[in-house]
Amino acid sequence: MDLTSLTIEAARAAVQERETTAFALAEAHYARIKQEDGQIGAFLTLSKDRALEQADRIDRMAAEGKPLPPLGGVPVGIKDVMSTRGVRTTAGSKILENYVPPYDCTAVARLEAAGAVVLGKMNCDEFAMGSSNENSAYRPVRNPRDLSRVPGGSSGGSAAAVAAGMAVVTLGSDTGGSIRQPASFCGVVGLMPTYGRVSRYGLIAFASSLDHIGPLAKTVRDAAIVLRTIAGRDPMDSTSADIPVPDYVVELDKPVRGMKLGVAKEYFGEGLDHEVHQAVESAIDKLRTLGCEIVPVSLPHTPYAIPTYYLIATAEASANLARFDGVRYSHRARGVKTLSEMYRRSRDEGFGAEVKRRIMLGTYALSAGYYDAYYLKAQKVRTLLTRDFDEAFRKVDAIVTPTSPTAAFRLGEKSNDPLAMYLADIYTVTADLAGIPGISIPCGETKEKLPIGLQILGKHFDETTILRLAHAYEQG
Amino acid sequence: MKVTDKDVAYVADLANLELTEQERAGMLRDLNSILDYVERLNELDTSEVPPMAQVSDRYGVDESKQGGERFAYASREDVLEGLRKSLPHDEALANAPDADEDFFRVPKVIER
Repeated sequence: MDLTSLTIEAARAAVQERETTAFALAEAHYARIKQEDGQIGAFLTLSKDRALEQADRIDRMAAEGKPLPPLGGVPVGIKDVMSTRGVRTTAGSKILENYVPPYDCTAVARLEAAGAVVLGKMNCDEFAMGSSNENSAYRPVRNPRDLSRVPGGSSGGSAAAVAAGMAVVTLGSDTGGSIRQPASFCGVVGLMPTYGRVSRYGLIAFASSLDHIGPLAKTVRDAAIVLRTIAGRDPMDSTSADIPVPDYVVELDKPVRGMKLGVAKEYFGEGLDHEVHQAVESAIDKLRTLGCEIVPVSLPHTPYAIPTYYLIATAEASANLARFDGVRYSHRARGVKTLSEMYRRSRDEGFGAEVKRRIMLGTYALSAGYYDAYYLKAQKVRTLLTRDFDEAFRKVDAIVTPTSPTAAFRLGEKSNDPLAMYLADIYTVTADLAGIPGISIPCGETKEKLPIGLQILGKHFDETTILRLAHAYEQG
Repeated sequence: MKVTDKDVAYVADLANLELTEQERAGMLRDLNSILDYVERLNELDTSEVPPMAQVSDRYGVDESKQGGERFAYASREDVLEGLRKSLPHDEALANAPDADEDFFRVPKVIER
């Protein structure tokens, strides 16, 4: 049995049936990390003590013949923007190089309560700001499928680790596409749940009205199992919705025949790579043969999504990142004489170029005289983008699109042009702005063997439908 | 050019950033290029469109109510220690770059 190629259910069953142990599973993944991660760079910190302690707990349960919880013994990785008690959490930034949180993120606590073994913390773009993982202050992540290419971002480490068999599943975060786009580039499944479906408590905030936590996984079923585990109301996050959590796993196998799938021409225009276009068209054909009806829909404000996103996200970020002042935690510059000098120099030294750029843009958009022209304008267009989806979902059950206009690009290819980098998120940001769920699943490869992703978008709190469609496609 | 050197200095000041000469020059270029791009939002007439600050007031709320009452589910009784105890003193200070036993320590705030 190859311990590093198992799904959640296979791993749990193997531990339950005593064919292996949670300890051996963790060790096999650490061995793989040792072997592979030098060149990939997916992990920033390993939490071996915590992992082996949890593995031991699960192994004792299995030895006593007790039924294991749903993720009993399953090795997982956590994007380094989620707080882990006693385990260094950097958000990919130098400013938090030595930060050790005193509490756990709710999503992490729920995974561990369900038996998961946390191997370590995943590399990411600094404060989740980026589409290539090149903005990590520590090192870029490389795509396991082609080491000259990026894994996508910002959850690049989370996607690469699953693709390279260094974790069974990982948690990522998505503010403008940061789960789905790297999933697409690395050939894995990435699910962004509805805003409010998963608590954000303990997630280091980038843009609070857009931040989502969700899984990156080898299969749709694994993503459904993780979502079932982490979803639901949390009193520690007032935006977590008080809406019952369905059993996504049981719902997976129900039929998709007769479902109406929207295809929007705005997602197939200029800039879409020819090979990606073809792969997504074939995927749509396959969904048709599975019994879905394809319906043309229009999302007319799509061309305005990226400018809207970059005003709202940066405005929120400029406020959220004000907390990094070198007082209670975070880097403090040496040799400063006044409080004001301490703030400035600490932030100057601690933040990377892209983070500073976004803080500046956001501060500008919120500043006196520009608030109405930029921030308020963007909030109004956000309403229009959301209405586009409301309108489309009156006619269809889900919408299918490419996840990203291209397959994985090369390291350095876009790193000097912020706008070109922002456009890598052109098909993903609208779902974040509208708060609807989306999933990316592999749908073929380019001639150069690079994975291509199919995105399925759903109605608010209807993860059931997009998971079912993704599962039917994956199995079909 | 929408943004000038003076704007960059002003905004950096608001954001508590110092920025080197080189960073300021780069910021001037990038902010102008990004703001040029977002200009396309003005193609849309939004005079009758309400702003949207968040999505969570649309779902799982009591839609018959207005304002804070829509979020009744999120309120709770006021209890002495809240949802969890405050951090112990030493844990709260553990990540501070500079602290004594009781307080965070910072450079002098008031100049004399």
